[in-house]
Amino acid sequence: MLNGLWAFMMLIGLVWAAFHGNLAAVTEGAVASAGEAVTLCLSMLGIMSFWTGILEVGRRAGLMEQLSRGLRPLLTFLFPRIPAGHPALQSISVNMIANVLGLGWAATPAGLKAMQELEELEEERRAAWQEAGPRAIRRGRASKGLLPGVCPVSRGCASDEMCTFLVVNISSLQLIPVNMIAYRAQYGSQDPMAVVGPALAATAVSTLVGILFCKIRSAV
Amino acid sequence: MQWISFLSEYLIPLVLFYITGFAVLQKRPVFDDFMEGARMGLRTVVGILPTLIGLMTAVGVLRASGFLDALSALLEGPASVLRIPAQVVPVILVRLVSSSAATGLLLDIFRTEGPDSAVGMMVSILESCTETVFYTMSVYFMAVKVTKTRWTLAGALAATAGGIAASIFLS
Repeated sequence: MLNGLWAFMMLIGLVWAAFHGNLAAVTEGAVASAGEAVTLCLSMLGIMSFWTGILEVGRRAGLMEQLSRGLRPLLTFLFPRIPAGHPALQSISVNMIANVLGLGWAATPAGLKAMQELEELEEERRAAWQEAGPRAIRRGRASKGLLPGVCPVSRGCASDEMCTFLVVNISSLQLIPVNMIAYRAQYGSQDPMAVVGPALAATAVSTLVGILFCKIRSAV
Repeated sequence: MQWISFLSEYLIPLVLFYITGFAVLQKRPVFDDFMEGARMGLRTVVGILPTLIGLMTAVGVLRASGFLDALSALLEGPASVLRIPAQVVPVILVRLVSSSAATGLLLDIFRTEGPDSAVGMMVSILESCTETVFYTMSVYFMAVKVTKTRWTLAGALAATAGGIAASIFLS
């Protein structure tokens, strides 16, 4: 996606400059920006390495496991139809905790694993649905997360759990926006940390909106 | 809003204390672990350098060509209805697709308006409380070959809109 976007930005910039006689300024701007990117990276090395160092201390001490245990009640609330002890719950909690801590590289593999496990769960539901027949399920023989009257989605279609998981994931869960603090510091902010509180409040709002939306949609 | 600045001040020290204390209680060689992680961080930052150079240069070209100013002028009207400053609109749109390209635009705002200005603060919060909706969805759904995403997009956009509204309110 970045390929198209980048080409679009470069080409439209150059064409626009040609029509407005700004070509000299564009060359100057390109050179200055490239240099600025290097300065920015250099000054970010300190704070980013410090932060990844601290997070690694936490990760090796088993912080993710400890925190994901604390997440269990929330997961039961978000995913009432995933049977207790299902491997998907473990992957989802690792993904969420990694996102909270800002460990992007640890979040994605766990997230993709969660998606696969959710797909397997839906496959089990399809099998159970086939075997038991709609009538048995309507009578309330709920197993494998099958609810009376709720039929599984067909293949290639996102299950309720997948939708909820992704909406919560995309709603942003990050506790401390370390990148942003580094950028602000680099551009001469008087108080780079001032973003921490508002960012957390705004993240809480976006996540709550996401959860509310999921709850309403999966209840319909 | 007292508690928000309280959070800004105490959240990071608290997290640092918690993690270090937790690791010490687990009898970990904390400094060895730290160095291992810091080394990884160095590699990560150096790894994003090419992306940053490419995107900051592209934004620099857009800025110098006068296109960004023209776009802002064009968006002034519709954006003011939503009480969003015109420069923020491109950041929001690009944010849905690419995090690093949005960062390029955000740094341009930092350069021209300063990170402590109202606009600077708004984009700081905005970028911290939103995610790359389309990118994340395509990666995660591709992994399980799901093409019908049902209400995922609507939910993700609703959450993003909530984040944007909060950013405007809080800055």
